[in-house]
Amino acid sequence: MLSYILRRLLQVIPVFIGATLLIYFLVFAMPGDPILALFGDRSPNPALVSALRERYHLNDPFLVQYWYYITGVLQGDLGVTFSGRPVSEVLVDTLPVTGRLALMAIGIEFTMAIIIGTISAMNKGKIFDHVSLIVALVSIAIPIFVLCFLAQYFLAIQWGWFKPTVGADNDWGGLWLPALVLGFSLYAVSMRLMRSSVIDTLNQDWVRTAYSKGLPRRRVIPVHVLRNSLIPVITHSATSFGILLVGATVTEGIFNVPGVGNTLYQAAIRGEGPTVVSFVTVFVILYVLVNLVIDLLYGLLDPRIRYV
Amino acid sequence: MKRNKIAVAGIALLATGAMALAGCSAGENPDQGGGSEFQADPDAIILTNGTEPEHPLIPTNTNEVGGGKILDEIFAGLVYYDGDGAPVNDMAEEIITEDPQNITVKLKKGHTFTNGEEVTADNFVKAWNNGAQAENAHLSSYFFEDIEGFINDPGDAANPDDDIFGAQGDMSGLKIVDDHTFTITLNKPASDFALRLGYSAYYPLPDVAFDDMEAFGENPIGNGPYMLAEEGAWQHDVQIDLVRNDDYKGERQPANGGLTIKFYATQDAAYADLQGDQVDVIDEIPPVSLPTFQDDLGDRAVNQPSAVFQSFTIGQFLPHFSGEEGVLRRQAISMAIDREQITDKIFFGTRTPAADFTTPVIAGWSDSIAGAEVLEYNPEKAKELWAEADKISPWEGEFQIAYNSDGGHQEWVDAVTNSITNTFEIEASGAPYPTLAVMREQINARTITTAARSGWQADYPGMYNFLGPLYATNAGSNDGDYSNPEFDDLLESGISNPDAEAQIEEFTQAQEILLNDLPAIPLWYQNATGGYSQNVQNVTVGWNSVPIFHQITKAAE
Repeated sequence: MLSYILRRLLQVIPVFIGATLLIYFLVFAMPGDPILALFGDRSPNPALVSALRERYHLNDPFLVQYWYYITGVLQGDLGVTFSGRPVSEVLVDTLPVTGRLALMAIGIEFTMAIIIGTISAMNKGKIFDHVSLIVALVSIAIPIFVLCFLAQYFLAIQWGWFKPTVGADNDWGGLWLPALVLGFSLYAVSMRLMRSSVIDTLNQDWVRTAYSKGLPRRRVIPVHVLRNSLIPVITHSATSFGILLVGATVTEGIFNVPGVGNTLYQAAIRGEGPTVVSFVTVFVILYVLVNLVIDLLYGLLDPRIRYV
Repeated sequence: MKRNKIAVAGIALLATGAMALAGCSAGENPDQGGGSEFQADPDAIILTNGTEPEHPLIPTNTNEVGGGKILDEIFAGLVYYDGDGAPVNDMAEEIITEDPQNITVKLKKGHTFTNGEEVTADNFVKAWNNGAQAENAHLSSYFFEDIEGFINDPGDAANPDDDIFGAQGDMSGLKIVDDHTFTITLNKPASDFALRLGYSAYYPLPDVAFDDMEAFGENPIGNGPYMLAEEGAWQHDVQIDLVRNDDYKGERQPANGGLTIKFYATQDAAYADLQGDQVDVIDEIPPVSLPTFQDDLGDRAVNQPSAVFQSFTIGQFLPHFSGEEGVLRRQAISMAIDREQITDKIFFGTRTPAADFTTPVIAGWSDSIAGAEVLEYNPEKAKELWAEADKISPWEGEFQIAYNSDGGHQEWVDAVTNSITNTFEIEASGAPYPTLAVMREQINARTITTAARSGWQADYPGMYNFLGPLYATNAGSNDGDYSNPEFDDLLESGISNPDAEAQIEEFTQAQEILLNDLPAIPLWYQNATGGYSQNVQNVTVGWNSVPIFHQITKAAE
């Protein structure tokens, strides 16, 4: 087991190098001079522009810039934004916010998926099953930003159940509205996965045995059926986590959540190499680690799965 | 039966939800009768929108609205501009323009920074020298380029490689006479220099700033009507908390207790907050809400001309657009654009068709300059002029207008090019660029092969600012390489003229030349749009499209 974990962790290194090199190259290859963009419609004096380019090492060839960056990272310095803030500081400020949002969204998605999926499976073919399918299809069909605007307009502005934007109030309590919207937009696939998984489990011999032994339903379902049906759903939620980290950009913009999605988008627009690469690299590593954790979770859920 | 209970409960839940969503019409929030007693709370905090400053809060290194909005409230310069764009003395007691190249500044006595240090001539001179240093490469350093000692001209002996832009060491043009007096000597005549001194680049800095400029940029100490609520009041990407500065003795006395500027990622989020009563004043309306915001907000909507001028530039180096043929074609194109219709239909009245090359909010603006007919929609005349140009040299190819796709320009560019196609029966279209940076790169390198959208936001409410930097020969922002010695002469003569009225006369004459040559085709003035909630009163928007915060009053909670 331990050697398995170690091997998985070692995989992070080539992923890290590959990702940073690729992303840095992409940012570098983007057309447009980020320094000129700082001046908007004006044309700055060429000497001023070249002084600024010197300062940000933008005149050096690609590999030199990359080298500066990598040596910095290995010493813990993730670079500096155009505004002079260390990227590590920006990460420390924004990552927890998006992390909270992602966790809450996954929590809501999970809960909805498990409950509705199980009930649908148990009432397969009945009205509840059909209605839940329709609602799921609708939630997938509506684009996320439409959902965001609808939720913001009705739940926040018209009925006043929540505040329209998050802003400074980005602790657990303030993130309910965006988390609800995100969770709702994602739960459909997990719910259907859960449903088919539970249907499959319900047909197993040992479930029939449990019922014939006289166990009540309220014991069979949570204890025997659920645990065995969760594996596909958990795999899927690992993918959701990746989507949520960066896909929340649109939601963050609409609800004004000061998280990584927003910051990354602004940095990409401005052509800030260090910021974009650092953020994306952190995401890649996080994604790999989360997948590792999920894989280890299988072992907990299903004792038949063992890692060598 | 038992199983059905859960199903029925589930259906009931879904049904209620569906009915609730369907049943609620676009109900209006009941107007909480704002008409009755409005008790202004002198300590109330006004909530407003802003964007995260792109740089630390150092006046000479800030050139965007996010940082500028904050700086204008926490600092007080020599003068500030009132609602009509006229300069009013703030820290200055008197500014004497001896002649177009020499200015004496006398400061008021007894004004302090929030750390107790007195505002003296030294604070101004040191701040300006710091901002002008070539090695600091501050973004607003060009505001000091007219001061003697600032190295700019390629022919300057101190600039052999033409790679220095700025001062090296203290500028010789700034001399401190005593604690409250200093003189400014310019390296070229600029009789409107006194008018420029309200811009944020000219703010003073306390001595403590020079000890650690980086730390100062995070927690600036100013001398203005507001100050940072505490150390760390600037929460990056979230908001900044300002409170009233009770030590401020100037004219801009706040009628409220402070200002919290919330940084919004999108304009939609800001507007949503205004509708949800989470923000008091906003100064921008998202494009999607332009058709409806004036109905939604009624007389709490703001829509007035601002100091932003929009145009598109046709370079003198483009084929068929130089010399006499060029003049004819430019005038023809200008007359083929129905500005009224575009500002009405595409912008829902949030732009004002241009009548000149400046903006209505500055002194001396006129909508009846000789030759302004070229800015009116006249397709017959346009066809005539175009046909005359074709006699000189027949048109070939496609007429394109370059624009940046991330700026919301596609609709008007398409409208304009369609109009050109319909009027002249030639091919015309827009040429989109992914970002402004890409487009500007080509424009600066003069490798652009099409016309390109351009615009100008005034640094200070003066006419010269719209004309000199854009259309003078070899001027910094003269994207089209326009050059007309007559125009240059009028500009020079105007800027050396100490009499303000005569200056405006000469600049207006200069505009007559521009209206004939049309180096850029004026389109419209961008309006300042915004709105405020029912909790606040006395909201007026200044010449620079920013609300005059110190006048706003808020009701007691």
